[in-house]
Amino acid sequence: MIVLQSVTKRYADTAVVDDVSIELGHPGITSVIGANGAGKSTLLSMIGRLLQVDSGTITVDGLDVTTTRGALLARRLAVLRQDNHLTARLTVRDLVAFGRFPHGRGRLRPSDQEAIDRAIDYLDLDPVGGRFLDELSGGQRQRAFLAMTLAQDTEYLLLDEPLNSLDLRHCVQTMRLLRRAADDLGKRIVLVLHDINFAAAYSDRIVAMRAGRIHVAGKPTEVITTGVLRQVYGLDIAVAEFGGHPMAIYHL
Amino acid sequence: MPTDTLSQAVTGVAPLVRRHRVRLWILALTGVTVLLVTVYLFTDVTGSWDYVVQLRTRKLAAMLLVAVAVATATVLFQTVTENRILTPAIMGLDALYVLLQTVLVYLFGASALAGTDPVLRWTVELVVLVLFATALFQWIFTGAGRSIHLLVLVGVLFGVLFRSVTQLLQRMIDPAEFAVLQDAFFASFSVSERLLGLSAVTITLAAAGLVLVGRQLDVLVLGRAHAIGLGVHHRQLVAIVFALVSVLVAVSTALVGPITFLGLIVANLAYHLIGSHRHWHTIPAAILLAVIFLVGGHLLLERVFDLGTVLAVVIEFVGGIFFLILVTRKGTR
Repeated sequence: MIVLQSVTKRYADTAVVDDVSIELGHPGITSVIGANGAGKSTLLSMIGRLLQVDSGTITVDGLDVTTTRGALLARRLAVLRQDNHLTARLTVRDLVAFGRFPHGRGRLRPSDQEAIDRAIDYLDLDPVGGRFLDELSGGQRQRAFLAMTLAQDTEYLLLDEPLNSLDLRHCVQTMRLLRRAADDLGKRIVLVLHDINFAAAYSDRIVAMRAGRIHVAGKPTEVITTGVLRQVYGLDIAVAEFGGHPMAIYHL
Repeated sequence: MPTDTLSQAVTGVAPLVRRHRVRLWILALTGVTVLLVTVYLFTDVTGSWDYVVQLRTRKLAAMLLVAVAVATATVLFQTVTENRILTPAIMGLDALYVLLQTVLVYLFGASALAGTDPVLRWTVELVVLVLFATALFQWIFTGAGRSIHLLVLVGVLFGVLFRSVTQLLQRMIDPAEFAVLQDAFFASFSVSERLLGLSAVTITLAAAGLVLVGRQLDVLVLGRAHAIGLGVHHRQLVAIVFALVSVLVAVSTALVGPITFLGLIVANLAYHLIGSHRHWHTIPAAILLAVIFLVGGHLLLERVFDLGTVLAVVIEFVGGIFFLILVTRKGTR
């Protein structure tokens, strides 16, 4: 489990994440929702060692993220963010191969090649494996980065707004894919989402943040309610039920 | 399944072609280098064969060392800073070295410096430069604003600042001591054997450090976030690389003075020709290109056009245009 104990992060005088204690990484998909500036991405960045914790501790399976060797953590926890700008020209296969870095320090053994093949295959990237990333569509690029994190072969997978700048079709594909990875491969996925209905439809757990604190955490039916959404987003949102999932009607 | 085998063939072929491309280019560049070096050393010898060849060997050694230092430093610097337009020279690192030398002469006098053991002095200067440069670049590149144009501007400003302070100090120095100092910075490739030896040892040590860092460098092309996610200790790695870069720049500047744009040209040409993100491929290619530029340029200017020492000027001219093209083309991205 990923355990956070009274984790705080401040910029100047404002606490972006304020004394958060929570367990993340239950089996299946956990979505973190909340308004802009609620501290979702900051929380994820601290777990992924991109930001330092001001106070409190974060452990992954008992390993403290600030003191444990990077390679050791990278074999348990993969992080994918959305700023995927690259200076070098890489092929899809080059990129996916980087996922094996924590395992062999850059030397690719036959078992690594197999893991790379499996990840490419799992994301249907075989036809474009030799293509350069800048020749791909946005959706394909994102799948390539996902394949890299799958090749990393970790139990936990953190994704920061994976649906950003994807069209509807690719959003649905990505969410189905993550659901499949959680169910078939036993991945424990934590992702930051803006679309609460994707969160409601695909998650096992939802964590709602407000002003740097955990507001509610629980099953989708417990979190996606008119009352909670009013507190989190400051909007009156009707919630209907469709196919067993709560659906927020927020466009009206 | 025909489509399956076809797609497998496609994915299998691309890396293979690329590996051949890398090997072919390295071979071709090595060939050209060997040819140029041979022509440089053994043709057009007038007078005493021994004397001429010995003199040229020393010049050649200086060029080789500078090529290794400049090319490696530039590729490393560009990897760590995640951009392909800036180089240590454009960021004023060599100007910083000159400033450091000037400050030392200003404070202690040229005679005091000449009196000290050169190895000791060399070591102290290197350590001071490494500490200062590492602190400076850590500060610049870990700051919030990572806009490429801002960085170029900051770098150019730092360069100007270092050069201005250097000039100011040099005006305040005793003219006799200034002459000693000036002597040290004329970009010429005729340098003492002692300095060559020291440089060779330093570069070898830096290369050893580079081998220790190894493939972690390759991961840096994915950017800081991914590198950390893949288990690279980013802060530590960047500090080590900045230290190596400052050592290499100091070696090259001490040998032949500042050459601003050589690194920029060879690094970008190497990326373009090799088409690989591996440093194991790009650094050797950049080094070979640097040797070709320096030795080839020397041959052209000395033997063909019969001009003396304007190689630096030509490199700056070509490199400057190249730099402007890169900035205007990539700046929009």
